[in-house]
Amino acid sequence: MIYNLPFYAVIIIIAIGLYIIAFKRNLIKIAMGITIIQSGVNLFLITLGYRKDGLAPIFTHLPKDTPIPNGMVLPVPQALTLTSIVIGVAVLALILSFIIVLFREYGTLDTYKMRRLKE
Amino acid sequence: MIDTLLTHAPILIIAAPLLTAFILPLIDKVSTKGRNILALCAVVFTLILVVMLAQDVIENGIRIYTLGGENAHMALPSGYHVPVRITLVVDALSAFMVIISSLISFVGLLYSFAHVKGEGTGKFYTLFLLMLVGMLGMEMTGDLFNLFVFLEILSISSAALVAFYIRKGQPIEASIKFIIISSLAALFVLFATGLLYGEYNLLNMGALASEINSQTGGLTLVSQFAFILLLASFSLKAGSAPMHMWLPDTYGEAPGAISMFLVAGTQASLYALLRVIFTIYNTALDTSIIGGLLIILGLVSIFIGVTMALIQIDLKRLIGYAAVAEVGYILLAVGVGFFELAQGELSEYGLKALQGGIFHIFNDVLDIGLLFLVAGAIIYLTKETNLNKLGGLARSMKYSSFFFLIGLVAVAGLPPLNGFASKILIYEAIYKVSPLLSIIAILASIFMLAIFVKIFYSVFMGPQLPSLSNIPKTPLLMLTSMAILSGIMIFFGLFPDYIVDHLVTPAVNALVDNFTYITSITGGI
Amino acid sequence: MTLDTFGGYWSPLVWLLAFIVTFLIGYIIWGLGEKRHKTGEQLKPFISGLAEPSKKDVHIQGGNVYWGFTESLKEYYKYATKMHTGILNDYILWFIGIAAIFFLVIILPGVL
Repeated sequence: MIYNLPFYAVIIIIAIGLYIIAFKRNLIKIAMGITIIQSGVNLFLITLGYRKDGLAPIFTHLPKDTPIPNGMVLPVPQALTLTSIVIGVAVLALILSFIIVLFREYGTLDTYKMRRLKE
Repeated sequence: MIDTLLTHAPILIIAAPLLTAFILPLIDKVSTKGRNILALCAVVFTLILVVMLAQDVIENGIRIYTLGGENAHMALPSGYHVPVRITLVVDALSAFMVIISSLISFVGLLYSFAHVKGEGTGKFYTLFLLMLVGMLGMEMTGDLFNLFVFLEILSISSAALVAFYIRKGQPIEASIKFIIISSLAALFVLFATGLLYGEYNLLNMGALASEINSQTGGLTLVSQFAFILLLASFSLKAGSAPMHMWLPDTYGEAPGAISMFLVAGTQASLYALLRVIFTIYNTALDTSIIGGLLIILGLVSIFIGVTMALIQIDLKRLIGYAAVAEVGYILLAVGVGFFELAQGELSEYGLKALQGGIFHIFNDVLDIGLLFLVAGAIIYLTKETNLNKLGGLARSMKYSSFFFLIGLVAVAGLPPLNGFASKILIYEAIYKVSPLLSIIAILASIFMLAIFVKIFYSVFMGPQLPSLSNIPKTPLLMLTSMAILSGIMIFFGLFPDYIVDHLVTPAVNALVDNFTYITSITGGI
Repeated sequence: MTLDTFGGYWSPLVWLLAFIVTFLIGYIIWGLGEKRHKTGEQLKPFISGLAEPSKKDVHIQGGNVYWGFTESLKEYYKYATKMHTGILNDYILWFIGIAAIFFLVIILPGVL
């Protein structure tokens, strides 16, 4: 039961992130919400690879006669997570630079007032 | 030499623009003309390789290119073969989409040489080539995580290109909406990939397809949940109503030829949706429910796109709403095709509907692209986007009004151009499911004719306004790119059976028959 | 040269030939009419002797061309323009709502 705790945490984190994006009006808070959802998905990918009593997947550091591959945690989700973290940093940098220019032009950060392109 | 190029063609198609995109800022510091020539060389090289590869694939069947190995498998000591290598899979549908992307990039690059002026234009061409890399990668990849990475490359470079000119803050507003919605959709695609990896321990699309379609087990609750996330995310990125609202904002504020290139990018997301539905999850799903959902999405897109376009007064936003309606046609045809799928075979009218839908992808990009190019030329010369202030431009822009007339006839689906050829395939095939669908589709075509006649009358016809009396001539490169698109459209319209037999039918056969896809990856093991 | 649709055929070259023949017949009939046509003073519009207003005043603006049509569909357009608000949060709520509808339609019939 306690081994399922990271999966419950993933669901709670993604739900909090979706609530922030859908209901908060400030653009900086929406950017924070995107980052929270990214953290939740990264946590989900890492948790998929865990095996009970597994060791780090480095060949030369394993003690003798650990069964390969059952004695290690899975290395593939770790590679997926690294790529996802880097993409997340790039997207966040782009969103924040857009927010800076937007505040200089419009004078406000409220999404309810940022509606020149409506209908 | 030609044999080596053809063997390594899939990776060279992605690598050539990628390498050029990162060399361009260095060459820009030395000379501007050299940068333009290098970008043009990269795009022409990609186009030639794409045509050679497409010819080879359509004749000889599916091609798999494994990065860094002999075949896609790795044999464990127990004798079990598991497909773990990164693969690029090119079948007839991928070849079709790759032809579209590289052709549109060539035309867009020619147009941008005349349109983009000012400082900092070196970065424009870098982002342009990166967008091309994202599209080509999404259309040729063989596993799900690569799809996510190339989707993010496409989204980030598109968002940066839409916001390239800070006019009064409006492109920035459109771009921030685009990047937030895009990154949310891409995160859900990554979540679905994680779910599928946790369930089946596989990321390769062919191996996943063989696991999901196997007789024992197959579709579990987790994979159905992953399918819902993939369907919702990719149909958001493809611009289907009622999640379409970012599309007119983004297309309406992008500069010049970027609007046309964004249409090709949206079709790449539509291609990913087709891959997920038809190849990975073929008949394991309940075809009547999913087909019905796609038909309903298509109908709502057509209706909302066409009626909201009638009341717009901004020139490019109006064409953006018409683009939403065109995506609705494709979803309608594909929904009818999926509705009829049973064990890798289609009844005859399902096949015709899918042919019409896939042919309409190409026609949609050509028609809406030509309209965006003419609108870009009008805005570049008169600096006005409001329809209320434009009028009587046919005297000074003769050639542009002629190309707009060709685009109008094609988009409305009038004979003899290519819009009619694909639309008549769709009308006659969806009639069998329910006559109401055909009636709504034909009515929507009449609405589209009404919308574009409104623009043609109010922008080009009428007396010449005194405020627009001395505008310069259209640059020659812009007219050349419009002429290339018009020539292709007239050729497709006068010889549609040539295109349908040689390009579209192999694509439809590759889409429906996922057995060939699976056995060429797993090797029958 | 013909495209084979589900219900019949579509041949664009035959259509183009028929169009050109019909156009030629119409053009010849038009050319057999009156040939007197003056230029210059006779081309100006005649408004009972009043002065002709400037082109800017008689120009029908682009947004007003289909006034009758949009006026008769005002109920639908009032609802549709309220749906397209332009607020970012509403775009995301539509996405989550449609994903929830997909969930209800696809998964629940299988489970229940």
